[in-house]
Amino acid sequence: MASTFDTVVNIITETCDIPRDTIKPESHAINDLGIDSLDFLDIAFAIDKTFGIKMPLEQWTQEVNEGKATTEQYFVLQNLCTRIDELVAAKRAA
Amino acid sequence: MHLEYFRLIDRILEFDPVGRTIQAEAIVPTQSTIFEGHFPGHPLMPGVLLLETMAQTSGWMIIGLTGFTRMPFLAAFKEAKLRSFVTPGQSLIARAELLHEGSGFTVTKAEIKVEGKRVCNAEITFRVVAFPTPAFRASMQEVAAAIAFPMETLSHG
Repeated sequence: MASTFDTVVNIITETCDIPRDTIKPESHAINDLGIDSLDFLDIAFAIDKTFGIKMPLEQWTQEVNEGKATTEQYFVLQNLCTRIDELVAAKRAA
Repeated sequence: MHLEYFRLIDRILEFDPVGRTIQAEAIVPTQSTIFEGHFPGHPLMPGVLLLETMAQTSGWMIIGLTGFTRMPFLAAFKEAKLRSFVTPGQSLIARAELLHEGSGFTVTKAEIKVEGKRVCNAEITFRVVAFPTPAFRASMQEVAAAIAFPMETLSHG
């Protein structure tokens, strides 16, 4: 079974024109990979569908804007994958 | 259709908040300055306006599903296909269904039929945000009333 990271990398390579070998766990989706907000909507759509979750993007954005969180917490891929795993676990527990 | 006002939906025929679908009617006007240029002597409904008609149909569905609390703004078309010419005077039936309701965005699938034949379809992504101002929301409610949006369905949604 593919790891969350491998699945997310597949989604990013299918959605954006980004070479697979440039995508690392420590890559920041926006700052390092240059994914813009519109492409990120496509990625979010694919992640939501693939994992059966609803990533709380509005909440994350609000937390960043209010200084309660950093973009790294949500948009560095290994952190994003951790958030996805948490959402999947929460859904299973519900 | 009031092309010059970009109001492309004439009437909401059906809004199903449970099935998350909508159907609307739009009649292409027989006269419009748009047809003087598109094209001289061969008037055709511009494809971009058909896309906009599908977007507006989807948009009313999203507004309805949020209980008139949020406004969708067009972000992307995917797999948009313009299958047949549409000409002045034709009656369009636009239909949309919700594909995915994300956080701050919504994806729909929409199509337009003329006399039962599909003339265009697309997958459409919207950014969905709170109405920027109360006046904006009020103006959309006025338009909703003008196109017979079934407000009574909202309480059952």
